[in-house]
Amino acid sequence: MIIPYLGVLIIVGLVGFMGVMSFFASFIMRPRNPYAEKLTPWECGMEPVGEANAGHFRVHYFIIAILFIVFDVETLFLFPWATLLTDKGLSGFIFIEMIVFVAILAIGFIYAWVKGALEWV
Amino acid sequence: MEQLFFYIFAFAAVISAILVISVRNPVHSAFFLIVTFMQVAAIFILLRSPFLAAVQVFVYVGAVMVLFLFAVLVLDMGKETMKEHLHGQSIPAGVMAVILFLLMCYMVVKGRIVANPGSYGEAALVNNTEVIGRELYTRFIYPFEIVSLILLVALVGAIALVMQSKGKEQGK
Amino acid sequence: MPDTATILTVIAIVVKVVIATMVIFSLPLPLTWIERKVAGHIQVRLGPWRVGPHGLLQPVADTIKLLFKEDIVPAKADKFLFWLAPLMAMVPAFAVFAAIPIGDTVMVPIINQEIALYIADMNVGILYILAIGGLGIYGIILGGWASNSKYALLGGLRSSAQMISYEIAISFAAIGVVMMSNSLSLVEIVRSQNHGIFSWNFFYLPVGPVWFAIFFIGSLAEINRIPFDLPEDEGTLSSGYITEYSGMKFSFFMLAEYVAMVSVSILAVIMFFGGWNSPFPFTIGLPSILADLLALIWFFGKVCFFIYLFMWLRFTLPRYRYDHLMVIGWKILIPLSLVTLLVTGFMRIIG
Repeated sequence: MIIPYLGVLIIVGLVGFMGVMSFFASFIMRPRNPYAEKLTPWECGMEPVGEANAGHFRVHYFIIAILFIVFDVETLFLFPWATLLTDKGLSGFIFIEMIVFVAILAIGFIYAWVKGALEWV
Repeated sequence: MEQLFFYIFAFAAVISAILVISVRNPVHSAFFLIVTFMQVAAIFILLRSPFLAAVQVFVYVGAVMVLFLFAVLVLDMGKETMKEHLHGQSIPAGVMAVILFLLMCYMVVKGRIVANPGSYGEAALVNNTEVIGRELYTRFIYPFEIVSLILLVALVGAIALVMQSKGKEQGK
Repeated sequence: MPDTATILTVIAIVVKVVIATMVIFSLPLPLTWIERKVAGHIQVRLGPWRVGPHGLLQPVADTIKLLFKEDIVPAKADKFLFWLAPLMAMVPAFAVFAAIPIGDTVMVPIINQEIALYIADMNVGILYILAIGGLGIYGIILGGWASNSKYALLGGLRSSAQMISYEIAISFAAIGVVMMSNSLSLVEIVRSQNHGIFSWNFFYLPVGPVWFAIFFIGSLAEINRIPFDLPEDEGTLSSGYITEYSGMKFSFFMLAEYVAMVSVSILAVIMFFGGWNSPFPFTIGLPSILADLLALIWFFGKVCFFIYLFMWLRFTLPRYRYDHLMVIGWKILIPLSLVTLLVTGFMRIIG
């Protein structure tokens, strides 16, 4: 049952190996001539001002990540449910359960919408 | 053969977990945590649970670690080393860690941490998703609905906290 | 020591993995040429013309150039992650192909063996593909951060926020397909669509086209193509998270993007358009090897049409602004998915 999953491991290993080999081939073949002006990060032709990692973060990204976790967990509960919908004994019963689940999370979503968590500004 | 793969994945998981807490840069720390989660997903496959392996990658690596990375990027630590904040407590902490480790070794060797294999043989686990779905939506229906309430609470709480701080920011 | 059957299976898997990796690694070469030719003809100009007949050697020239370009690592960039980010972008794009089938089991006549035209028929195929597809985000975030450049960081953050928003839409579309085909395994999904054109998931009215539209729009945003490629454009962000990359690392990012486009086209065909089944409900009595060849031709024809559709859209539509993009992802696609989910569930119970 788990032999097919060996394919995943082999493909990851092979692609990683090919990537590293390409880096190595390029390392041998390319010119190397670093000087200070070439190595400064690009900022529309001007000198870079301030640290790159300072103060860019908007709280919007954080809210998007939290919303994403909640909806991700919701979709993963929907996957086994979707395979059981045509099972004659269970289908109506689990449909009602899932409507309750989705409705509770939809309330959270509407709250986020109304509170303006989905705006960008 | 399976034992060999298990040992490889377990060893890699322990090494990357140690690297999580010992590298200086928090972004590197988050990266090694991702590697740890991938090893755990591989061990789930060895336990005949491909659904849980996919869920581990989908939720933990795909969602929770993205949140961690966004939080780490906002902390703006750069490449400075993190200073030790609790002076003089590293020796008691080390002693507690060693005691805990010895206790866990004792419990594992004596067989106190054991999980019963359950009533599903390998042949019945081929339709992994349906088996898990059947158990989840019949026997575990109450925990399932409570999960939705927990998610709602988390969502509302996060938005309330963030919107409050955003309102204060825009107010001044 | 495992027995001979297991060893033969493992050898078959290794051979299939090597063939698949070689084919997919060399796919972006003709694809870049086709894209530039399509761009040229849509914009009423010639495209690549000088390098070789009709510009056919242009991708080879580009590869040689990228191999020999100097690799500039910006000052104070994080060396470990700067080297690792292109690999983290490329490996998930390839790992998706471990679950994708291009055909059912075929009986090869000369050696009289059954060969399965897939590396692994996973019971959780679609969930695995979604999970691995979500790993591509890390190449972008870490690449943007490790470059120590404001444009790269901003582009990386925006791109990752866009990708996670549309990943929810794709997951809902995948659930729609699972509801319509009753299984998460990709081979089973194609097998459930083998009764002619009206058994394809796209024609499961009225929800099939809606799920397809959600999947298509979501996948356009996932692979960062126009109309959703704001994180990469040159006007506002000076090519975003790729700004500081040059040479081989840049080529890995481009490779990952083209391979992702191919895998998304294959997924659209498998999930909604019947995979390798022909649109005719009757079967002509062909010998089995010819029938399998015909199935392969149908499959590749459909995939090529979708790749062409992606390229066509790239040179026809303008790009979306970031806040419009997030509005579409959250305020339009998710409520639409929830409503369609309930309608599909209802239809499956009573049907």
